[in-house]
Amino acid sequence: MSAVPVTTKKDWSSDQEVRWCPGCGDYSILTAMQLLMPELEVRREDTVFISGIGCAARFPYYMNSYGMHSIHGRSPAIATGLAMARPDLDVWVVGGDGDMLSIGGNHLIHALRRNINLTILLFNNQIYGLTKGQYSPTSEVGKVTKSTPMGSIDQPFNPISVALGAEATFVARTHDMDRGHMQEMFRRAHDHQGSAIVEVFQNCNVFNDGAFNAITKRDARDAMLIDLTHGEPVRFGVDGERGVMIIDGTAKIVEVAEVGIDALHVHDETAPDPSVAFAISRLAEDRESPTPVGVFRSVQRRDYGESVSSQIAAAQDTKGPGDLHGLLRSLPTWDVS
Amino acid sequence: MTDIADRTDGVREVERIIIRFAGDSGDGMQLTGDRFTSASALFGNDLATLPEFPAEIRAPAGTLAGVSAFQVHISDHDITTPGDAPNVLVAMNPAALKADLHTLDNGGTVIINSDAFEERNLAKAGYKHNPLEDETLDGYTVITAPMTSLTKEACKDLGVKPRDAERSKNFFALGLVSWLYSRPEEPTMLWIQEKFKGRELVIAANEAAYRAGNAFGETAELSASRMTVRPAQLPAGTYTNINGNTALSWGLIAASQQAGIPLFLGSYPITPASDILHELSKHKNFGVRTFQAEDEIAAVGSALGASYGGHIGITTTSGPGIALKGETLGLAVSLELPLVVIDIQRGGPSTGLPTKTEAADLMMAMYGRHGEAPMPIVAASSPADCFDAAIEAVRIALEYRTPVMLLSDGYLANGTEPWKLPDLDSLPSIDIEFARELNGVDSEGREVFWPYVRNDDLARPWAIPGTEALMHRIGGIEKQDGTGNISYDPANHEFMVRLREERILKIADKLPPLEVMGDDDADILIVGWGSTWGAITSAVGRLRSGGTEVASVHLRHLYPFAANLGELLQRFDHVVVPEMNLGQLTKLLRAEFLVDAKAISKVSGQPFTAAELVTKIQEVAR
Repeated sequence: MSAVPVTTKKDWSSDQEVRWCPGCGDYSILTAMQLLMPELEVRREDTVFISGIGCAARFPYYMNSYGMHSIHGRSPAIATGLAMARPDLDVWVVGGDGDMLSIGGNHLIHALRRNINLTILLFNNQIYGLTKGQYSPTSEVGKVTKSTPMGSIDQPFNPISVALGAEATFVARTHDMDRGHMQEMFRRAHDHQGSAIVEVFQNCNVFNDGAFNAITKRDARDAMLIDLTHGEPVRFGVDGERGVMIIDGTAKIVEVAEVGIDALHVHDETAPDPSVAFAISRLAEDRESPTPVGVFRSVQRRDYGESVSSQIAAAQDTKGPGDLHGLLRSLPTWDVS
Repeated sequence: MTDIADRTDGVREVERIIIRFAGDSGDGMQLTGDRFTSASALFGNDLATLPEFPAEIRAPAGTLAGVSAFQVHISDHDITTPGDAPNVLVAMNPAALKADLHTLDNGGTVIINSDAFEERNLAKAGYKHNPLEDETLDGYTVITAPMTSLTKEACKDLGVKPRDAERSKNFFALGLVSWLYSRPEEPTMLWIQEKFKGRELVIAANEAAYRAGNAFGETAELSASRMTVRPAQLPAGTYTNINGNTALSWGLIAASQQAGIPLFLGSYPITPASDILHELSKHKNFGVRTFQAEDEIAAVGSALGASYGGHIGITTTSGPGIALKGETLGLAVSLELPLVVIDIQRGGPSTGLPTKTEAADLMMAMYGRHGEAPMPIVAASSPADCFDAAIEAVRIALEYRTPVMLLSDGYLANGTEPWKLPDLDSLPSIDIEFARELNGVDSEGREVFWPYVRNDDLARPWAIPGTEALMHRIGGIEKQDGTGNISYDPANHEFMVRLREERILKIADKLPPLEVMGDDDADILIVGWGSTWGAITSAVGRLRSGGTEVASVHLRHLYPFAANLGELLQRFDHVVVPEMNLGQLTKLLRAEFLVDAKAISKVSGQPFTAAELVTKIQEVAR
């Protein structure tokens, strides 16, 4: 195999005109990705983006790799078949909160628990954009939209909690205002063997503008984003004055001055038990409170495609390669002369 | 059942016998029938079987709902159906007798486990009087044996617990029936030893029960009832007895080998299709990947994903599953990728009759998608034919880059027949090449790859991920022909809709012409599809030997039809279409060819018998 050719952002950009609304958060995610790809040292022909339906799902059209824009919710299922058939490929799945958590929720959780080698990017804008502004499974209770004129009465999903509950081996969160952080999360997810999911807070400036402003605006981040760093105490605030403790299994925000730095929870993304990661994922009930970002969980478990391939190899070892003549004679036979 | 000869040993030779084994779901009747069938196959008879069992795994014991039956037709000549009316009914309990006595031939033989005819079981079956003691069985030859107690007796010195011994009573029945109909003992003994390897007590009990059944025949002076059916004179070759789902699975593997394209099955368990998932899962050494998906939608989605990656994606299901897969099939039509969708039809709608047969999904196969979404449809006609039908479905999918619907049904899936194993060199070749070259020039004069450039068959290139320089994007949004770029242009959409239909219709150009069987100049043409082939063939044979002129034609391809079908239909005054639905092919023929086709419908969950068709066709002939 020859060395992976050096590429640039331009090599990863397709010739298709990008058709998101001006100002959409998807642009910054696309740019982050196109800039990151040359650094991943992968071949364009070995890279596939699979998406479902929704604004986010247009993503594959803009990447100069292989790509499929499929149907609503089904991208994890289609990608599962592709990844099983072709473990040599880098398969990315891109979709929004409606696509992945509502109509496609079943496929998402099963792809995660099987640990299929997929890198899943969940663009969460807490709204249905392409259908022009209905509430989504991540919209907050009380949200007034076209389909909820008196406010939403649905309890939303917390995508990180869902992923952890679904036995995911890699779970991370980032947001569309910080290219460096996005790229770091995408890179980590890509390098993870097995299924990896990254929730990206993404602004829909037409139907849900500013949903994440309170936490992701540059001047709000220090106070409102709880950056999870493996092996470090969980600490945030303009002067690092606040932190997170795990008390009776529940994550609590505390003042460092009151509890002392040694009392803070030291983040361990490799913890075999996901309970603490789950507790941390419950910290922010809304987008006005301090919200954890970064890698919640990163553990090793055999990826599904590897298991499939090894069963095939084992069957060939014990039975020999398939012999059709023998197969047709594997039930009792008799001869007529 | 016609006598051929009385032999010196007193065994009557007959040309064919139909035996129906019936008992409670827990009595092991499917296994008993299957063993009797295997012994008969190895003995050299032609045969056809009809297993019938309830949807419940353990329906209430002793009730009519819990009756499980297995009908086998053995013959010394070529036969195509499991028979009209059984000549012999084996009834392991009162419910079985109650449920199936009416199917028995006039004057037929009833073999009864008398131990089971006690008060509680009689009541559960709805008998007020014991039918062994009143006139219920007048006119039949009745053989009663206390099968349960004789089995326990035979096992008592083996160290088998009486309750366990009782479970071997089906082998007593098998031993008795095998003695009555001169079946060889050896295949069953070998099978018992293989099947229950390591469970010595079970082997001993089953063998003892079988031999006790045999001995009962010898000692109870049943010699007058003994019969045999000679081996059939079938074409020379090696044979195996096979059911439709196994043949279909093997056909998929064969097609994958012929094409040199790996097989991927995405499937969700559903009766009566699950056995294909089970069978293919056993053959990973052929490089077969099987995936038990989280639902029907993921099953077809994964198969489509695998096809995109250069495998032949297959999904297997029954009618309810096809309904769920519909949206993905629309995507497959739009993506123009190979995919084989297998519908093992059952009684519907909804859960309907999951373990019974029907062929009422034709219109769904044809039209059950959004938009104009044509898909070729291939149908299997007999259990063994499922092998060839599977190869044909894969061939069309691969060569024309299209999803294909393959229709089978519950009767074909579980029914068996002897199959003359094909010469592997005679299997159709499937030549597929992935795209490797750029094929277009863009507006700036650069060489590029366009995913929707077409070959002479109007199929687009199959450029799989991993192929250098051919990166491209496909999707469900309407695309411009050639470049594959998103296009909302009205004229382009009209062009593409018509092109998608044209390219499927064009498949007919290369299909072999249909051949009429029977009397070419008859007034009546019987048009069949699917599993009605056996009953139609048998009925047409009987009518012709009785002096009625009749012709038949059987359709392998339901969409597109073979090119000469229209011309052929026009040649006959009457076109009659037996189908296990309310006339779905009939409607298609009337719409397509403006012929006055008439349906013969049956939707009882059971296949046609030849006798029924003879009567119905005679009504038309009059």
